[in-house]
Amino acid sequence: MNTPLSWIKAYVPELACEDKEYCDAMTLSGTKVEGFERLDKNLEKIVVGHIEKIERHPDADKLIVCQVNVGAETVQIVTGAQNLKEGDYVPTVLDGGKVAGGHDGGPLPENGIKIKAGKLRGVESAGMMCAIEELGSSKDMYPEAPEDGVYVFRKPVTPGEDAVEALGLHDTVVEYEVTSNRVDCYSILGIAREAAATFRKPFVPPVVEVKGNGEDVNDFISVEIKDADLCSRFCARVCKNIKIAPSPEWMQRRLAACGIRPINNLVDITNYVMMEYGQPMHAYDLDNVSGNKIIVRRAKDGDEFQTLDGQMRKLDSEMLMICDAEKEIGLAGIMGGENSKITDDVKTVLFEAATFNGANIRKSSKRVGLRTDASGIFEKGLDPRNAETAINRACQLIEELGCGEAVGGIVDVKEPFRELEQIRFEPDRINQFLGTDISKDEMLEIFGRLELAYDECTGMITAPSFRQDVGCFADIAEEVARFYGYDKIPTTLPSGEATTGKLTFKLRIEEKARDIAEYCGFSQGMCYSFESPKVFDKLLIPEDSDLRKAVTISNPLGEDFSIMRTISLNGILTSLATNYNRRNKNVRLYELGNIYIPKSLPVVDYPDERMQFTLGMYGEGDFFTMKGVVEEFLESIGMTKKISYNPNAEKTFLHPGRQALIQYKDAVIGYLGEIHPEAADNYDIDTKVYIAVLDMPEILPFASFDRKYEGIAKYPAVSRDISMVVPKDILVGDIEKVIEQRGGKILEEYRLFDIYEGSQIRSGYKSVAYSITFRAKDRTLEESDVAGAMKKILNGLEGLGIELRA
Amino acid sequence: MKEKLEQIKADAIRQINESEALDKLNDVRVNFLGKKGELTAVLKGMKDVAPEDRPKVGQLVNEARAEIERILDEARTNMERKLREARMRAEVIDVTLPSQRNKVGHRHPNTIALEEVERIFTGMGYEVVEGPEIEKDYYNFEALNIPADHPAKDEQDTFYINSDILLRTQTSGVQVHEMEKGRLPIRMIAPGRVFRSDEVDATHSPSFHQIEGLVIDKKITFADLKGTLAEFAHELFGEETKVKFRPHHFPFTEPSAEMDVSCFKCGGSGCRFCKGEGWIEILGCGMVHPNVLKMSNIDPDVYTGFAFGVGLERIALLKYEIDDMRLLYENDIRFLKQF
Repeated sequence: MNTPLSWIKAYVPELACEDKEYCDAMTLSGTKVEGFERLDKNLEKIVVGHIEKIERHPDADKLIVCQVNVGAETVQIVTGAQNLKEGDYVPTVLDGGKVAGGHDGGPLPENGIKIKAGKLRGVESAGMMCAIEELGSSKDMYPEAPEDGVYVFRKPVTPGEDAVEALGLHDTVVEYEVTSNRVDCYSILGIAREAAATFRKPFVPPVVEVKGNGEDVNDFISVEIKDADLCSRFCARVCKNIKIAPSPEWMQRRLAACGIRPINNLVDITNYVMMEYGQPMHAYDLDNVSGNKIIVRRAKDGDEFQTLDGQMRKLDSEMLMICDAEKEIGLAGIMGGENSKITDDVKTVLFEAATFNGANIRKSSKRVGLRTDASGIFEKGLDPRNAETAINRACQLIEELGCGEAVGGIVDVKEPFRELEQIRFEPDRINQFLGTDISKDEMLEIFGRLELAYDECTGMITAPSFRQDVGCFADIAEEVARFYGYDKIPTTLPSGEATTGKLTFKLRIEEKARDIAEYCGFSQGMCYSFESPKVFDKLLIPEDSDLRKAVTISNPLGEDFSIMRTISLNGILTSLATNYNRRNKNVRLYELGNIYIPKSLPVVDYPDERMQFTLGMYGEGDFFTMKGVVEEFLESIGMTKKISYNPNAEKTFLHPGRQALIQYKDAVIGYLGEIHPEAADNYDIDTKVYIAVLDMPEILPFASFDRKYEGIAKYPAVSRDISMVVPKDILVGDIEKVIEQRGGKILEEYRLFDIYEGSQIRSGYKSVAYSITFRAKDRTLEESDVAGAMKKILNGLEGLGIELRA
Repeated sequence: MKEKLEQIKADAIRQINESEALDKLNDVRVNFLGKKGELTAVLKGMKDVAPEDRPKVGQLVNEARAEIERILDEARTNMERKLREARMRAEVIDVTLPSQRNKVGHRHPNTIALEEVERIFTGMGYEVVEGPEIEKDYYNFEALNIPADHPAKDEQDTFYINSDILLRTQTSGVQVHEMEKGRLPIRMIAPGRVFRSDEVDATHSPSFHQIEGLVIDKKITFADLKGTLAEFAHELFGEETKVKFRPHHFPFTEPSAEMDVSCFKCGGSGCRFCKGEGWIEILGCGMVHPNVLKMSNIDPDVYTGFAFGVGLERIALLKYEIDDMRLLYENDIRFLKQF
């Protein structure tokens, strides 16, 4: 919300401080200032000039030479402006002065524009007469300014006086961020009240009085609220003999500074009251209100209504309408109807100041797709007590501005007001809560500034009606804290029972995963949790796969972000593709992120969020490099038992001959492999990509940071090498299984040291050689121990159709 | 006899000095001190010496032997040193040649920042916990004092799965899960992914991270909140960092505040980085609202607490001076390598 500081000062007359000081203090007492802008920034040496004489420039058709009385002297100024005549009073910047910007109204330069005396086409010019844009303002704020040319004063001014002052530009526009709980501060008076409390100055709101013309409003209008749940108060007043004209300059300036374009006296008054009191108003042409009757009721499903911006709006039965005896004339709290809008010919005006259900306005405004200044305020939920004062203020301004005459009386239909909140005053508890030592008197003094009433007899504090946010002990404590000063509250550390700082086991394992991945050259990526359903096609996932059963976002940013991923690969592949496309070589990435597996569709409960440790790489390294990373990780988290690899992983997105399930103690804990060339094509990666995905929830039960020292072997080891001719389709994993199963307790280790396929081996076979090591913990092995173990192993291998080579 | 021994010694020394290699030195040892060596021969000839002279001669022989051995050892040591030096001269390398590094990967800047925050809070006795990313409306809003029609629900632009289930817009829901466990006191931080319906640009992402903090105990005060977060700021941004608490509003805390830290680029004098303010907004915080405690079955008359929420990306962007949030999710290795 933007407001000129001068308007605040109108209600806190004793407020006197620098802009920066004002803004800082307001921020620290809870009315956050986002920024402020001086309207007279870079305006220097600008006075009122009186044009005494105009002559044509001897050498330029488009220039004129003016003799301008600037008070102390008369100077000669050359200008290209076409709108000037002798006798005009204009803002004039003197030699050495500054203006804010150019006459085109473009962005203002930070340090303004210096003006120096000089020659224009050979004729001396001692300064410049200014357009409103050159003064940093606009036609919105000064509607009387010419479309293109120098600003000409309409009000009486004296040559030589400060033109910036005469234009009302010695002011500062302050932008506040009002929090959603402080509805009362969406108004000049609300902020002024806070400013008064902040600076301990008196708050002087306007005195609202309507003379009235002796007639009775009840002869003009009656109001009936049919849906009181959506409208708790409706105030109506009537003004006659309306004379539409521009509103006075001071009102225009204030509105413009708030970002509201002045229109005419009637519209400006309703906007002015909305800004001043935070109560949106609406004005109807009473001649268009049938039956002298207002009915407030819900619309019917399927109704249509033309709002005053000319748009047809679709209604439903949860939208509140303002109607006359025959028809709908306004979309309550959002926008009036085309059929009752004010025109310049209006004679009699019906003012509305009502209180609507905030949530309902918010929803209706959303459904109808129309958010207005009024609906934006209504949806916060207004104090119904405010409506009456606001409508009277509007009528007062009608009278004061000579815009018309107010009919006597008010039609006021309302529900009983909510009772004011009462909160027990417990100064000790407040101090205990804040960690302060503030005296009871100081607290009461703060409450006094905030219009929180304290009753000594009952010990209760009553919150004023406009403070709908104050309702419990903590709210009272906050009022004390912010006016005592957050900065004055001490800083301490919590006392009490000591607690252990720690990471959960799951997080410790993930930390280990990061460490190992990085040791192995993988850098950490982060990918989105939501992606496109097209990902399944890119990954060649079959139509009937469970992976396609994903949690779907009902209001996504677009299809590309519409489903919660059920597989982590798309993220890492997309990232690898980005790198590949940018010609980065040898890229290794990993990610730790969740996939989301619905327990049922449609989703009725928490989906299963499964942390995936995903690794992907291209460039240096191959399948076995990736396999090594997996094993390094598993070993680092205490998974030291045999890891087995099942080549029948059935992953459609992986190379059919280069993929494996990773198994630990019969549990599938992940998979790895080379990306299927067709899938790689879908990501525009024209090289081999290897990935591994570890399903962390499957891994956690096996993981452990416990370690036990097993001693260093005291007795010598015995090694035997065997060389075999093996049918090609037998995996070395099968051979290792035999060695493990048959080696007995003395088997210490086995190691593949040669594998060969080629001309010296008959086709359909490969040569495989292992070194097997035996050792006993408690004795030196006898030849017979080793021979027995070897025999068992060899028998087992022969059972697989393996021949021993000499 | 004496002359003969002197002669043998002189011969030995001469031969030692003439030796150019270690095996030559060994030959000298064999020739003089070996079983068939000259000195040994003298000893063997002792039987011809008069018995009364034998001790004297024996002593002389032993002296000569010791002398030769000493000189031999010295020569050997010298020769070995020379050889080693010669070898090392041949082994000189150009130490400015490129290194061979194990190509270690890099952590994501978000994670580096997160681990820093975790280190600070675990040091203060906080447990790091997690909560679900797909969350129920109750935990994300209602139990945090944001009822169905509350305008704050609009402010957060929520992605919905259905009317009851949504992508969490804040990590604050983890507070509720922790409180519901009924274990007090609580000191926890909860980092995690959150989602809001913002289009991607340099300062927005529909998916980002927050770190939630919650402390519940008897006698927790607003002063404790200030002290804890000031400590956090000093640890994260340096001892000289100043903090400022400004009143603010969050539905689930009362009183609420936002914390600014003095700009760590200019120290508070105002620069482009802090937009001339000298201060940078870092986090939101406040005393846990009594309604929130009540809804999670904690008696606000007995227990109080504070909560805070930090945007992880905000910390990472500020700390590492990253100027575009999109870089965090592109995973370009040239970006990641810099951390």
